[in-house]
Amino acid sequence: MAPKLPPQHSLQQSSTAVAGGQSHHEHHAQPKGIMRWLLTTNHKEIGSLYLIFSLVMFFIGGIFALVVRAELFQPGLQLVEPEFFNQMTTMHGLIMVFAAVMPAFTGLANWMIPLQIGAPDMALPRLNNFSFWLLPVAFILLLSTLLMPGGGPNFGWTFYAPLSTTYAPPSTTFFILALHIAGISSILGAINIIATILNMRAPGMRMMDMPLFVWTWLITAFLLIAVMPVLAGVITMMLMDINFGTSFFDAAGGGDPVLFQHLFWFFGHPEVYIMILPAFGIVSAIIPTFARKRLFGYASMVYATAAIALLSFLVWAHHMFVVGLPLTAELFFMYSTMLIAVPTGVKVFNWVTTLFRGSISFEPPMLFALAFVVLFTIGGFSGLMLAIAPADFQYHDTYFVVAHFHYVLVPGAIFAIMAGVYYWLPKWTGHYPHERLAQCHFWCSVVGVNLTFFPMHFAGLAGMPRRIPDYALQFADFNMLSSIGAFFFGVSQLIFVLVVVLCVKGGKKAPAKAWEGAEDLEWSVPSPAPLHTFETPPVFHRTHPSE
Amino acid sequence: MTEYEMVRKAGVQRTVIRSVAALIGMFAFAFALVPLYDVFCRITGLNGKVDTTAQAIVHEEVDQSRYVTVQFITRGSAGLPWQMSVATRQMRVHPGQAAEVEFTFTNNSHQESWGRAVPSVSPSNATAHVRKVSCFCFQEQLLQGDERLTVPLVFQLSRDLPEEINTITLVYTLYPVHNMAMGASVNNNNTLGDEI
Amino acid sequence: MRSPWRWLLSVTFIASIPQAQASGWNMPVGVTDISRDIYGLHMTIFWVCVVIGVIVFGVMFYSLFRYRHSKGAKAAHFHEHTSVEVLWTAIPVVILIGMAVPATATLKNMYDTSQADLDIMITGQQWRWRYEYLGEDVAFTSNMSTPWEQIRGEEPRGEHYLLDVDEPLVLPINRKVRFLMTSDDVIHSWWVPELAVKQDTIPGFINENWVQINEPGIYRGQCAELCGVNHAFMPVVVHAVEEDEFEVWLAERKEAAEQEAMGIDREWELAELMERGEAVYRAICSSCHQPEGQGAPPAFPALANNEQLISDLDWHIDLVVNGVSGTAMPAFRSTLNPVEIAAVVTFTRNSWGNDTGDAVQPSTISGWIAQ
Repeated sequence: MAPKLPPQHSLQQSSTAVAGGQSHHEHHAQPKGIMRWLLTTNHKEIGSLYLIFSLVMFFIGGIFALVVRAELFQPGLQLVEPEFFNQMTTMHGLIMVFAAVMPAFTGLANWMIPLQIGAPDMALPRLNNFSFWLLPVAFILLLSTLLMPGGGPNFGWTFYAPLSTTYAPPSTTFFILALHIAGISSILGAINIIATILNMRAPGMRMMDMPLFVWTWLITAFLLIAVMPVLAGVITMMLMDINFGTSFFDAAGGGDPVLFQHLFWFFGHPEVYIMILPAFGIVSAIIPTFARKRLFGYASMVYATAAIALLSFLVWAHHMFVVGLPLTAELFFMYSTMLIAVPTGVKVFNWVTTLFRGSISFEPPMLFALAFVVLFTIGGFSGLMLAIAPADFQYHDTYFVVAHFHYVLVPGAIFAIMAGVYYWLPKWTGHYPHERLAQCHFWCSVVGVNLTFFPMHFAGLAGMPRRIPDYALQFADFNMLSSIGAFFFGVSQLIFVLVVVLCVKGGKKAPAKAWEGAEDLEWSVPSPAPLHTFETPPVFHRTHPSE
Repeated sequence: MTEYEMVRKAGVQRTVIRSVAALIGMFAFAFALVPLYDVFCRITGLNGKVDTTAQAIVHEEVDQSRYVTVQFITRGSAGLPWQMSVATRQMRVHPGQAAEVEFTFTNNSHQESWGRAVPSVSPSNATAHVRKVSCFCFQEQLLQGDERLTVPLVFQLSRDLPEEINTITLVYTLYPVHNMAMGASVNNNNTLGDEI
Repeated sequence: MRSPWRWLLSVTFIASIPQAQASGWNMPVGVTDISRDIYGLHMTIFWVCVVIGVIVFGVMFYSLFRYRHSKGAKAAHFHEHTSVEVLWTAIPVVILIGMAVPATATLKNMYDTSQADLDIMITGQQWRWRYEYLGEDVAFTSNMSTPWEQIRGEEPRGEHYLLDVDEPLVLPINRKVRFLMTSDDVIHSWWVPELAVKQDTIPGFINENWVQINEPGIYRGQCAELCGVNHAFMPVVVHAVEEDEFEVWLAERKEAAEQEAMGIDREWELAELMERGEAVYRAICSSCHQPEGQGAPPAFPALANNEQLISDLDWHIDLVVNGVSGTAMPAFRSTLNPVEIAAVVTFTRNSWGNDTGDAVQPSTISGWIAQ
């Protein structure tokens, strides 16, 4: 067993290494303008590209969500036809999952993993460039389906067969192609991250010395390698069913529509953890920094992350409690799903205990991290309720589920990403984000998120199904609140853009160690981080060798 | 290149090779899941999927003490102008007893067409205990214009049918077979007749 | 659900009745034993979450307040404690086992479809439900009856906006009714919250569920699985009646079916067919082909001024009777009777500028269906 050694080290070691690194690269002629960005192999530049792409997609996906919420503002069909409404819900889900949340985490990984482990760059820099540039191709293709005859995908982001095969619009083939390209991008990114973490650590840094963001990303990357090929497989089968006359999912030819759901959720449930594990890593970096106290239970955090990842392969059918599974399967998936609450609980308890008897200050990253802990836990509670299979017969496919997964994804994954951005902006730009504006962004977001998603619990329990463009009158009040909240939340995100732009342009200068309590290796390089860092590997010193 | 960098490079190469191997493995695994799922369904009766091949009758003692109701439901579907009907909608049998029921297929149009009856059994945990001695499940079949065809289904419920099951429903859904049109001229005999 | 768990469920159940019933904020308690058990499980797990939440967030907010840097708090140095970590792994396990036991009992009960008094086949269709009382020769489709004018906001919305149907499913109380569920096209999900029955209908496969209703009443629900454009417009209405009332209703339905069957052989007037056809068109066809027959291409072709439809009567009848595989056009052969098919074909051939003058007779259709 690896010794419980903390990821903490002295901060003086690498300034010379940085200086050496810069001179080493100066004789290369840098391409200028657009070519510089198209051809860059620098992990920091690619990281920025990922983050900018993700932000743009976050707004596009957000606009789709606002179309949905505008239509649902009151009963009746007012703004859009049901057909277009279905395209909007589908596109919102696909864009947010595959083009906003996942690339944002990959962007943070690109920027921070080499800095946190003392590597000069990612292990495979050219592949890194390729995997980023696949993404715009994939999502321009996906968005273009909205303009095709018959419209874009309209079968929900889970694209259940046969609605997505026999009954799908003609553009579905392009949707499949786009998803294939996005999948290849994720897979290549994951290979790169694994290769970097396993082979590029600073001499002396053991696995159990790595910051939790690196740990959680390593486990996430393994998940990606395990499940993205399954997604590729399932959409390939769809493609064959649609275009080549096979019947994987068509009962008429001896196939089975339920098989689609098994395969999809075998990918889909680990995918859910792909979107939350790196968030755990970010929060585990921020809370100790601003509590000025070491993370409680570092080793148990690592084990809990691994446990969640392993369990994620055994719970997929809890998305399918009402498809008519046999009783034994139903029981198995209920128990295994409930079991996931245990490692997740360990994480929450560890964060809270880290706060206990700390010395806490409330800078913007900390505000978002704390909101993450509270609101993600609320999403976890509704998840626990959904795990109770008999009760799920009532919850399934209602707004209760919508409330649940938005609580774990918006104030979960997205708040963690924003916390990470605020935390590392000084390192990226050399300036602190504008504190007042960031606080304003935080409070608007918290109010907006809860106003949007909390009433959905009630709407769902009262009986409102998901994915409907019009609803019965008793759901009107909840929906009006949700819609107001959604627009408020959406507009508040413009403040975020403003803060980031201002921070890039100027602001209070940040030193190398931008936050008083920050301990990881990235704070040993100057702010802003120069283009090339750790060209000569730093020597890793454990500051708490043993207790 | 320093020795340290060479060690790194070798390590990266190894990781990439292993990752790609894992990737290919998982992609293949996704496709392997399709037959595995069928096997799994057949063993557990999941989803009421039925074995597609005829089974031999098993001579076992008939359990006279117990009656099980077996219901037969036939359903049409869009795109196939056929009618499927069953002579007996419901029968009571003892576990272990062989029983026969007749199904009639009628082509209501004047053109020949291919169809297929897809079976499903409910409750699903009964599936493994319905032994079909002769059946037409999953057989593509050709009916000439206005043709009528009567086929028997001989089945037997196994004696180890779970205690709590007292009603079993067998549903057949007729589906058109489009891609058989080409093969029709070559293989212009009634595959259904061959099977029986 | 014998044993102490019953007691636990009852306590939480009784404790939560006042704020739960008819509030529109919480899951309905429902009118079956199963729905009550589910409601009990729901409230139990809810209160468990509330208690855990109060403790965890209590400690958290206490720490945030008490150990502020701005108030000069000095950080402690502890960062692990094996026995505490083991303890908070173990306690959730115990709580979860406590939840799993009653949930398992309820689930087993839900899966026991044996010894049913009545079997009903429920078939999902884009976008209506079809109910068949097996062995009783009673079958009908149930369509949303909320007019499109209300949806478009041209008329004030009724009390049961989107949750009203032309023909509700009528069930007897106090009898175990088994549902067999399947679909003709895509996956739908039949859901009535008050009965705690939600079950996907899978094309080509059959699912089972059951219900035993304790109180007469009208219970409303909706399709819960995205099934295409009109997913929102596919309500379920169950009319639960006393047992003798149910027998009377069933007898009436049988008689009505026989009456209808007699209508097949007689000659129908054009006006008569048009009147009947308009009703069928509004109930069945207008959701896709639109009230004025203009359709919504490419998914739903226009019927008004459709050259092929006007010129080819046989093609038209064949389409309605046998449907088109792989599209939303179902085979109406078994869901509409010959009179209804004849009427609706006649109606579409003589409306919105289509002026063929054809009066298609029910006998023609019945000949078409069974030669």
